[in-house]
Amino acid sequence: MSDTPPIPCTDLIVCPKCDAAYSLQVPPAGQRAVCDRCGQVLIDTRHKAGLQIIAVSVTVVILIIAAAIFPFLSIQAGGARNSVSILDSALAFSDGPLIALALLTAALILFVPLARMMLAIYVLTPIVLDRPPARGAALAFRWSEALRPWSMAEIFVIGCAVALVKITDLAQVELGPAFWMFAALVILVVAQDRIMCRWSVWNSLDEEPAT
Amino acid sequence: MSGEINGPVPVGLTGDADAAGTDARFVTAREMGVAGCTRCGRVWPLETDVCARCGNTIVSRDRKSLQRVWALWLVGLMCYVPANIYPMLRTRTLAQVQEDTIVGGAVELAQHGAPGIAIIILLASVVIPLAKFFVIAFLAVSVERRSAVSYHQRQLLYEVVEYIGRWSMIDIFVVAILSSLVQLNALAAINPGPASLFFALSVIFTMLSAQAFDSRMIWDAQSGREETEKDE
Ligand SMILES: [Zn+2]
Ligand SMILES: [Zn+2]
Repeated sequence: MSDTPPIPCTDLIVCPKCDAAYSLQVPPAGQRAVCDRCGQVLIDTRHKAGLQIIAVSVTVVILIIAAAIFPFLSIQAGGARNSVSILDSALAFSDGPLIALALLTAALILFVPLARMMLAIYVLTPIVLDRPPARGAALAFRWSEALRPWSMAEIFVIGCAVALVKITDLAQVELGPAFWMFAALVILVVAQDRIMCRWSVWNSLDEEPAT
Repeated sequence: MSGEINGPVPVGLTGDADAAGTDARFVTAREMGVAGCTRCGRVWPLETDVCARCGNTIVSRDRKSLQRVWALWLVGLMCYVPANIYPMLRTRTLAQVQEDTIVGGAVELAQHGAPGIAIIILLASVVIPLAKFFVIAFLAVSVERRSAVSYHQRQLLYEVVEYIGRWSMIDIFVVAILSSLVQLNALAAINPGPASLFFALSVIFTMLSAQAFDSRMIWDAQSGREETEKDE
């Protein structure tokens, strides 16, 4: 047994979940490479994925900003009326120690998804234009990936549905324009996540790409 | 082998179909003297400290991660107890002030003709968090001793926990929406209770605990007992 591996490291791909090693063969666009041992998707390339991701991300950024400003929900009961934006509902926990929860909620449903979209645009635009990677692109993509589980817009939508059912017998609820924008952006956020191949992005950020 | 695979070929593949399901077909990166970056997937020699591509620390197996898993798990559990004791919502109407705990609120909903929603809340706030505590503890114990549960099943458990943990935040968002929306001066007002903070912290710490777990250890523990296990 020699200390140096017989195959150069750049010709290998290792499953991050189970550590199985494979010799690297990039599948043609539209096909996936899956770990045979544990089922983890290793490579999932798609034709023109970069351009699609950028387009989706720009749309989502616009929708998030608009959804934060426009009225989200309003209720009416016995002459009293209250209308809130998403930012209002995120900041509902604003007394005492619950202020931490308010900031957290705002981050999970608005700022983290927004930041991830902007980071994706920053990282992918030079790649799509066949330029060298942007400054700090690796760091930017690293952050985007680290924030991934903390982007909870889709969970907030389910929370809305539950809340609406809870108050229907208490008051009359109206859905504002921001509600529909938010519903649309959730679908786009999920789509953006599905079409992005992490391996391809990291590979294109390499100084000497493996292929 | 699944049909859609067209890319990677196992390094140790001998072409022996008999071996399917056992570890014999696979050579791990560790056995080859290399280590894969868990963040970006780049492969490096075993002695590499930091991934030059993404800056992640390169470790072949993160054994110390178990300590972090248990520490975060414990904090999560400690937050989960007050989350169930204190009120989650404080509802003030003309007639009365009512305080509901997580379970109390769900029971209330079930009685008021919304059993579906009650089930969602109970699933997200009680069943999923408790199941998560059990599964993470089980996985952390199982990599240190022999386990009767196959590695495929444990890997599946791990993925389910990683995926489903975030959904426990539903109740926090419900409280946020209700407390901002239902502010009708004298008529009615809903305010968050202290349980909301504890519950959010509990979800966050169990998410961190699951993230700290190095799933490659599941497969290692199995490699040491190739003979007995006969899963298909
Ligand atoms: Zn694998
Ligand atoms: Zn890396």
